[in-house]
Amino acid sequence: MSDTVLQKIEMPSGEPASGKATPAATPFIEVEKLNLHYGAAHALKDISLGMKERVVTAFIGPSGCGKSTLLRCLNRMNDLIDGVRIGGSMRIGGHDIYAKDVDVIELRKRVGMVFQKSNPFPKSIYDNVAYGLRIQGMKSGGELDAAVEQSLQSAALWDEVKDRLHTSALGLSGGQQQRLCIARAIAVKPEIILMDEPASALDPIATSRIEDLILELKKDFTIVIVTHNMQQAARISDDTAFFYLGELIEFASTKKIFTNPTNKRTEDYVTGRFG
Amino acid sequence: MEHHFDQELKALKDRLLTMASHAETAVNRAVDALVNRNLELALQVRVDDEVLDQFEIEIDELAINLLSKAPLASDLRLVTMAMKLSQNLERVGDEAAKIAKRARDLSKEPPLKLNLEIPRMSSLALGLLKSSLDAFVNRDSVAARALIPRDKEINAMHKQIQSQLIAHMKESPDNIARSLNLLVAVKSLERIADHAKNIAEEVVFLYDAEDIRHAEK
Repeated sequence: MSDTVLQKIEMPSGEPASGKATPAATPFIEVEKLNLHYGAAHALKDISLGMKERVVTAFIGPSGCGKSTLLRCLNRMNDLIDGVRIGGSMRIGGHDIYAKDVDVIELRKRVGMVFQKSNPFPKSIYDNVAYGLRIQGMKSGGELDAAVEQSLQSAALWDEVKDRLHTSALGLSGGQQQRLCIARAIAVKPEIILMDEPASALDPIATSRIEDLILELKKDFTIVIVTHNMQQAARISDDTAFFYLGELIEFASTKKIFTNPTNKRTEDYVTGRFG
Repeated sequence: MEHHFDQELKALKDRLLTMASHAETAVNRAVDALVNRNLELALQVRVDDEVLDQFEIEIDELAINLLSKAPLASDLRLVTMAMKLSQNLERVGDEAAKIAKRARDLSKEPPLKLNLEIPRMSSLALGLLKSSLDAFVNRDSVAARALIPRDKEINAMHKQIQSQLIAHMKESPDNIARSLNLLVAVKSLERIADHAKNIAEEVVFLYDAEDIRHAEK
């Protein structure tokens, strides 16, 4: 990749919030001059930003600002919607994910997703986690059992379900179902996990468990999360991007966005004085 | 329609400004009592100090209540700054009370025959406090930054007066009690200037989001 391209990509400014050595230049996920239209509606306008590996990047902004749309671009979920046109480029690990030869199914293995509403399959807890692994060709037996256990351990759910792995996933609480969905997402060992308001339907205790889990998961995964909860973004993310009306207004370390944003619109949004 | 949160922030700021005004009055009275040997004013400062103590508690309560609502960005800076400002103002009140107590004792004794720059030091310390509070009221971080070096002049003056008083005590035991009272009073003036400098630094943090404390070290 040329320096010229790098210079066009907006990297978060300010000191690194994660405390670890942050990649100095090359972002893991690079979005450059991304434009997205839903029919006549221009939903994302010239978005350029670079997200670092193994950090949590939060997307914030009012409803309709384009943050979920951008999130869905990262695993090409928008391809499934009629009338969507996408311009610009998006690279993960230096590879253009919109190149013609990209296998979208493969891409979605590398970029997992967790939605606002937990969506376990109407199957057992075990089968939910094993689902993607079986599609990948893993046969039942010790290897699959170990992979299911490891995913449930990583999702901080193992202790709660280890004695009822073969009961229906629909019998779990909302917070447990969401952690099961995270276990299912990480079972296939993606590099990136996209989360679209993963805790917005949960009570504060279940939310806190999900947030703790996200902080654990970032040791192994790159996480991009959409949230309407400013305090949640402040608690769990390293970098934050603020969007408004399809534009990226400000992208900086989370510490900077929530203590001293540069742009007045960001300040007005995070202090609740927008509009 | 103004948000409830904005109304609460405004209430916090109003209480801070009222507290600042009381602190300034307390220092004014204490300095006047010391310089002009005014016993009546010295007695009033004790009441001022009690009022400032109550303000500190009240402002902390308001700030904690606001923190529970998770303010961010400039709101967060205002709330945290309010807690520090009220603490500094409460300590200004304590120092004013110490000066007043010494002024009361000194007013009962004949004045020391010594040319000390206490009126000038008092005026500088009071001026620094007033200017730092003005910078807060006027949202003027540039003025606040410009105030910070003025503390050094007051520190130098404190050292000079201290040396004069120590020398004076060495001359005669009769001078010791009065000199000690003055030593305590000028130390309090020096501390008031320190608190004024702290306030100026907090004003810079509030309006520029820049922490300039301990920059010289």
